[in-house]
Amino acid sequence: MNKFKGFVYKEFLHLIRDYRTMIILIGMPVIQVILFGFAIRNELNSVNIGILDRSKDEMTQKLTSKILSSDYFILKEYLADESQIDAAFKKGLVKEVIVFESGFAEKLQKEGRAEVQIITDASEPNMANLALSYTTGIILDFSQSLSAGKDRSFIITPEIKMLYNEELKSVFMFVPGIMATILMLISAMMTSITITREKEFGTMEVLLASPLKPYQIILGKVAPYLLLSLVNLTLILWISMTVFGMPVRGSMILLIAECALFITTALSLGILISTVAGSMQVAMMISLVGLMMPTVLLSGFIFPIENMPWPLQWISHILPAKWFVIIIKNIMLKGTGFSYVYKETLVLISMTVFLLGLSIKKFKTRL
Amino acid sequence: MNDNIIITEDLTKKFGSFTACDRISFSVKKGEIFGFLGANGAGKTTAIRMLCGLLLPTSGKASIGGYDIYKDTEKIKLNIGYMSQKFSLYEDLTVKENIEFYAGIYRLSTKEIKERSKLLISELGLERSADSLIRSLPLGWRQKLAFSVAVIHSPKIVFLDEPTGGVDPVTRRQFWDLIYKAADDGISVLVTTHYMDEAEYCGRISMMVDGKIAAMGTPAELKSSYNVGSMYEVFLHLARGKNE
Repeated sequence: MNKFKGFVYKEFLHLIRDYRTMIILIGMPVIQVILFGFAIRNELNSVNIGILDRSKDEMTQKLTSKILSSDYFILKEYLADESQIDAAFKKGLVKEVIVFESGFAEKLQKEGRAEVQIITDASEPNMANLALSYTTGIILDFSQSLSAGKDRSFIITPEIKMLYNEELKSVFMFVPGIMATILMLISAMMTSITITREKEFGTMEVLLASPLKPYQIILGKVAPYLLLSLVNLTLILWISMTVFGMPVRGSMILLIAECALFITTALSLGILISTVAGSMQVAMMISLVGLMMPTVLLSGFIFPIENMPWPLQWISHILPAKWFVIIIKNIMLKGTGFSYVYKETLVLISMTVFLLGLSIKKFKTRL
Repeated sequence: MNDNIIITEDLTKKFGSFTACDRISFSVKKGEIFGFLGANGAGKTTAIRMLCGLLLPTSGKASIGGYDIYKDTEKIKLNIGYMSQKFSLYEDLTVKENIEFYAGIYRLSTKEIKERSKLLISELGLERSADSLIRSLPLGWRQKLAFSVAVIHSPKIVFLDEPTGGVDPVTRRQFWDLIYKAADDGISVLVTTHYMDEAEYCGRISMMVDGKIAAMGTPAELKSSYNVGSMYEVFLHLARGKNE
């Protein structure tokens, strides 16, 4: 096994000599987690709103103060009539306008129902959606508290119905996705590049003409990136747990085992790419376009899979990242055990076996 | 056992309808320097790749060091050295690391690796550059080092595929000194080149034209049989012959 050890040592030397790439590979996940965690929040923070109160009674004032006391909204303007709504949006003063119909309290008392109109600035769709659902949530809560303890019900109907996601913390949604993306990037892309590099520089010929076995060449190439992936995994978990308070409610050992499985899947994908690609550029393009983009866009960590048209949903099924994200979310957020994720795990295992088998078969021992 | 290290018989390689090597038969003795000469695309590299186990021949027979190239590929790999057309050292590793790496994959023991790399570095006069990256060495030095690394495990035969491409004449001469030294140590050398002056350095030569061996013999024999003064003229004669 001496020659194999020497080979792995040489691979580590490559990695260390190319310190720029290594800094990027270690720095990127850190920056991504922090960026996603702090900058790209899905939570609502002090959205400017306007209120058009046609009723100006006790009820509308109560509801208004409840909305404002939530800390999510800041009242920028009391609007006098409908014509001012458009202007307020166009000036960018407000992102949302809440309109109470006239005779709000009276209607509520007599008929048991009243209407609120919520208008949002949909040029920022994410924000609009969130503001909308937050507002609806608060209104719903308000009407429930009115009805509580009384034998009659008060219903305030908001124009649009959406469920209020009470604990919407975006970093919790992003961390599993980032883990999938980073592990995919390092394992698949770097492996495919490091193998094609030998091809491009002509050293692969020499290696193949040497007594090294093909599987030793592959394993040796993969080893440093396996280690690097594990280092990154630790980093991502550590930052998300300490900085963002992300819980790991399930078993840590199970979590790491599942991550190791996903890394193996990604590594075998990388080997497969390298058997197809003739140059480093091609390997990089295939990894970026064929792996990274679908992983980021279709694995369900940015856009919900349920909302995709069926061809994209179908594609998402063949992405290892999709299954990995489901597993990780289950273990970290819901704290479920293996019995709840065994199906997804089986999918990942079969993908890995298939990819590894295919890439070993395709890896040419001759030119 | 005879002392022929390489024996080939009607070795042929086809890529689709194109025949890169057409029924090549030759033999190389122990310690002999055998040259493959020919224009680009004449089939020299294909022939070497088949013998190294990198390409599977379409038909024909060949044995290296008594091992069959179809069946005993693994044993052959232990007994050959190979220097490819492209540069075969790692540019981001140091001289020493390259030597130790190649010595390591040829199953030399740690002690042997140390001894041989020390000897090799001092023979090439590279003591001061032992810890610098290959990238920083001049091309000529790299080529000499690549050759020394290819024979570090004392193979029975070393294959050199256009080893002196882009190297200046002085360094080329030094390179050939290394080849002679290896041959003196009993290592057979199979070298391809399209430099006709290098042909004069070889013990025996096979001239390849369009995948076939057009002529074979010592440089002196070839020159006298075509009644010309230099290998260059022999080559022109053969190459022109094919066009007529």
